[in-house]
Amino acid sequence: MSQTSIIPEFVSRRSFIELDGRKRAQSLFDEGTWKELVGPFDRIESPWLPLQGIAPQSDDGCIVIKGKIGGMAAVAIALEGAFQGGSIGEVSGAKMTAALDLATKDSEAGKRTAAILLLETGGVRLQEANLGLAAVAEVISSVLALRLHAPVITLIAGTVGCFGGMSLAAGVSSYVVMTREARLGLNGPEVIEQESGIDEFDSSDRALIWTIHGGEQRVGMGLADALVEDDAEKIKATIRGYVQADLRPEYRSQQVKLYRDRIAALDTSEQIDPMSLRREWNNETTGGLR
Amino acid sequence: MEKIEFAYPAANRRITKKAHVGVVGSGDMEVLMEPSPGESAHVSITTSVDGFRSSWKAVFDRFFSKFDGAVRIQINDAGATPGSVMLRLEQAVEVISQ
Repeated sequence: MSQTSIIPEFVSRRSFIELDGRKRAQSLFDEGTWKELVGPFDRIESPWLPLQGIAPQSDDGCIVIKGKIGGMAAVAIALEGAFQGGSIGEVSGAKMTAALDLATKDSEAGKRTAAILLLETGGVRLQEANLGLAAVAEVISSVLALRLHAPVITLIAGTVGCFGGMSLAAGVSSYVVMTREARLGLNGPEVIEQESGIDEFDSSDRALIWTIHGGEQRVGMGLADALVEDDAEKIKATIRGYVQADLRPEYRSQQVKLYRDRIAALDTSEQIDPMSLRREWNNETTGGLR
Repeated sequence: MEKIEFAYPAANRRITKKAHVGVVGSGDMEVLMEPSPGESAHVSITTSVDGFRSSWKAVFDRFFSKFDGAVRIQINDAGATPGSVMLRLEQAVEVISQ
């Protein structure tokens, strides 16, 4: 038996979660084809954070990289989860919207340009309140415009997860890819506990949180399309598949009646368990490429 | 939040590359290192932790005792310890020396 065969695969893999936002975005592209737009040396920082005594970041936590994936034009927009919780402010929101709108413009001109949103975010940056809310609205309308022409792929790898206003952007995108470590939800666990009490949701109960917000459950319920391992090569291959994929005939966000009926049909007289929800909800009409 | 500036006139070796390392996350910072527009090194720091000017000075005095590049360094800091500051600076130097 050779030495290499006894080393399990997970030892030699390159972790995606351990990369920062910039490296994550770069890792998705064909080698030597990408360049960063509005990078740190352009110094487009938040003007609002220093006024509140918080050090800004030279890219405002939003990294925009354009290049080719599987030979096709694509733009990746990554939020850096370590900076202010990956929150969306005026500048990071404007960068995201502008990148999506340029992709739409190129796609309309005949050069299909897919967008990949790498979302590690708690949502709107509270220090920039209304500007952040406006940014979320702009991002959503830009995603809706682009998804008619090219796939908009949301990738949530963890460990911050995707919550708040940006979970809506994930909700309207063409495809959602998650790892088991990732979480996706409108309200984060601590927000639910704060608003409804610890009996409703214990934000320190990690097992509970992951059976509700976790990637495996979200894919199992048909609310996300693919579950990937924390492996940069595998994630790159999955994203390439979706960049080259056909446009969806119908999006989850258009299936209002389906989801309303499902919620109306739930029996809330007893506690619903995550596994039975997976069995009842996941079917052909909501699943993506698997 | 505090803004701190230092100048190191003795550091005058010409530099051609630039480097960006680090994230403004808790206990960490980002460094932007690029060729100085003048013939000496210049450091400007924006830190969210007030009152550590002398610690910053000590770290940079030590850094420029070994490094002589005419660089412009900008730092956005979210509470990095002196040890982490030095590691980030060395990392940036590694990038511009490649």
